[in-house]
Amino acid sequence: MNAGTARQLLHAMRRIRSVEEMIAARYSEQQIRCPTHLSIGQEGAAAAVGAALRPTDLAVSGHRAHAHYLAKGGDLNAMIAEIYGKVTGCARGKGGSMHLVDESVGFMGSTAIVAGTVPVGVGLAYGLKLERSDRLSCVFLGDAVAEAGVFYESLNFAALKKLPVLFVCENNLYSVYSPLSVRQPAGRAIHEVAAAMGVGSQACDGNDVQAAYEMTAAAVEKVRSGSGPQFIELSTYRWREHCGPMYDNDIGYRAEAEFLDWKGRDPIARFEQQVLSNKLVSAADIEAMQTAIDAEIAEAFAFAARSPFPEPADAFTDLYASPIDTI
Amino acid sequence: MLAVSLITFAQAVRDALAVALAKDPGVIVYGLGTDDPRGIFGTTLNLHKEFGSERVFDMPTSENAMTGIAVGAALAGLRPVMCHQRLDFALLAMDQLVNNAAKWHFMFGGKRAVPITVRMIIGRGWGQGPTHSQSLQAWLAHIPGLKVVMPATAADAKGLLLSSIFDDDPVIVLEHRWLHNVKGDVPAGDHRVPLGKAHRIREGKDVTIAAMSYMTIEAIHAVEHLAQQGIDCELIDLRTIKPLDFQTIEDSVTKTGRLLALDTGFATGSVAGEIVARVSMDCWAQLKGAPMRLAAPDVPEATSPALTEGYHVRAEHIAAAVGRMVGKDVNHLELAKMRKHPHDVPGDWFSGPF
Repeated sequence: MNAGTARQLLHAMRRIRSVEEMIAARYSEQQIRCPTHLSIGQEGAAAAVGAALRPTDLAVSGHRAHAHYLAKGGDLNAMIAEIYGKVTGCARGKGGSMHLVDESVGFMGSTAIVAGTVPVGVGLAYGLKLERSDRLSCVFLGDAVAEAGVFYESLNFAALKKLPVLFVCENNLYSVYSPLSVRQPAGRAIHEVAAAMGVGSQACDGNDVQAAYEMTAAAVEKVRSGSGPQFIELSTYRWREHCGPMYDNDIGYRAEAEFLDWKGRDPIARFEQQVLSNKLVSAADIEAMQTAIDAEIAEAFAFAARSPFPEPADAFTDLYASPIDTI
Repeated sequence: MLAVSLITFAQAVRDALAVALAKDPGVIVYGLGTDDPRGIFGTTLNLHKEFGSERVFDMPTSENAMTGIAVGAALAGLRPVMCHQRLDFALLAMDQLVNNAAKWHFMFGGKRAVPITVRMIIGRGWGQGPTHSQSLQAWLAHIPGLKVVMPATAADAKGLLLSSIFDDDPVIVLEHRWLHNVKGDVPAGDHRVPLGKAHRIREGKDVTIAAMSYMTIEAIHAVEHLAQQGIDCELIDLRTIKPLDFQTIEDSVTKTGRLLALDTGFATGSVAGEIVARVSMDCWAQLKGAPMRLAAPDVPEATSPALTEGYHVRAEHIAAAVGRMVGKDVNHLELAKMRKHPHDVPGDWFSGPF
C-alpha cells in the first residue's frame, strides 16, 4: 500500500468516527430530531470501499448510511444540516439521517426500509450497462438484508444480466437487538449464499482496512472488466445502540465481553499502528489530520446551526416532478 | 392532422410503446411475457424484434426487485415501462412502488424525478377468481406521489400511455382486460392525451355519471338507453384517477344537481366513494338529491360462472339507479336482454383462458 492510499483510508475512518461522535455528543440536546444510526466501529468497510471507487461510480445505501455517504465524498455540511432538519440539508429537510443524497459524487440515495435500495442499485447498473460505461454501481447492505426476498431477486437479475454491481455486505452480527443466530442458520455464510446465486463472492475482516481495501479494489476491477456482479462480505461490529447515541451492552441482548473484544479490534487503532510502524504516515501527520477534521466538523455543525429551517409551506412541495394543476 | 386508423385497445397500447421506443432510446419495456409469442395480449408483440432485447425483454418472476430496478434505471436516465399481466401480481411490488418510487422525489427534497410507468392489467370473469380480478386503483390513488390513469378507449389507451411514459413521475396505467379488444379510431404517431384531465363523453342535464375504465363502457350503454326514455345523462370518463380532475365533475354536478359515481373496484374506500364525498362537501347546495355510488361488492370475485352473474355492476344497474335518482320508471331489464354473449365474457372474442 502506498502512503497516499494509507492516508486516504486513515483520514476517511477518522473523519467518519469524529462526525459520528460529535452527533452522539449533541444528540441529547434534542435539536437532532430524527432516528439516527451511527457507524462507530464500522468505519473500515466504508473507508475501504470509498477508496476503491471512483467519484463517477454510483452508490446506494440503507438506514445506517452516514459512513457510506461520507466515504463516497458526500458533502458534510449538507449531511449535518439534513440531520438537523434544515433547508440547506442534502434533502432540504425532507429526508433526515436515513435519506442522504449527493449525486455530485454519485451517492444516489439511502433509504430506511431494509433491503429497499438493493434493487435500485441493480437498476442503476442496468442503466450503466446500456451506456456501455465502465462505471459501476455499489450497493451497501447489512446482514439482515440477506433475509429479505428482494435481495435474492436483485442478485438473480444482476447475475442474469452480468450487471456492473458491487454488493458490499457489512455483517455486524445484529439486526436491532436480534443476533444472527435467531435469523439465519448456523454455518451458512452470507457470501456463500451470494456465490450460490451466481455472483462472484469473497469475505474478509472488515476491521482490517488494508485487507478490506485490497479485496474491494480487486472486486471493483473484476466488475469493471465485465465479469459481472461481485459480492464482498466484511465482518464488523457496531459499538453503540442500533439507533441513537448510547452504549446499550447493559440491557442484555449482547455481552459486554463481546463488545470489548471487538473494540480491541478497532479498525482505526489497528490501521494506525500498521501505518506508523511501516512509516507510511507519521504521528505528526495524524495530529494535523485530526486538527483539520475537527475544524471541518465544527464548521459543519455551525453551518447547520445558522441555516434556516424550511418554510412551513415546503411540507407540501416536491410531491411531483411534473405537478398537474387540479383542485 | 395525424392519420387515424380503427384499431383495438391492445393494438393502441402496442402502438404507444413502439412510438415511445422509437422516439427515446432511454425507453425500456419489460415484464413477464413481454417477448413471448403472445406478447402480453398483443400489447408488446414483437417489439423486441424491432428494438432489441436490451430494451424490450422478459423478466424473472421478481415483481418487487424489478420495480426497484425500474427506479434505479430511471435514476440512471432511462424511462422504464413495466407490465404486470394481472394487477394482483403487482401487490408483490408494493414496497418498491410505495416506499421508493412514490417517495423518491419528495424524500430527497425534489432532487430527482423517477419517470417510471407501470402497466397493470385488471382481469374479470371467465373464472379469473379472487386473485386475478382485483381492481385496486383506490389503493394506488391513496399513495401521495403516484399518478394513476385508467383509459377506457383505444385512443386514450395510446394517448394516456404515451403521456405517462414521458411524464417525469411514476405513473400507474391500469388496463382493463375486457377493453383489450374494444376498437376505436386512434391517431397515428405521438398522440398524447394529457394526464389529469377528464373527458366529457356525453353532455346532459339530468344526472352526472362519473366512470372509469370498463365502467365507462357499461355507462355508455346505459346512457344511450336512458336517452331513448327521455333521461339526459352527462357522462364523464375520468381518465386519470390521481390526481383527479374534480373541476370537471363539479362543473357537471353544478349543472345537473345529481351524481352517480361508478367504480370497477370494491365499494369501501373506493374512488367512487371519494367522488361522492367531495361532491357532498363541495357541491351540497347544488344537489337535488343524495349522490350515489355503484361499485363492486366488498367480497372477492368468485371463480364459478354460477357465482359471478350477479356480482358486477352492469348497464342495467346503472340505468335502474339513474331511474331511481330522477324518480322515473325505466325499463332497465331490456339492457340485459340486449347482451348476446354469456355474462362472464366481454364479447365473442374472449374464450379464455385469461
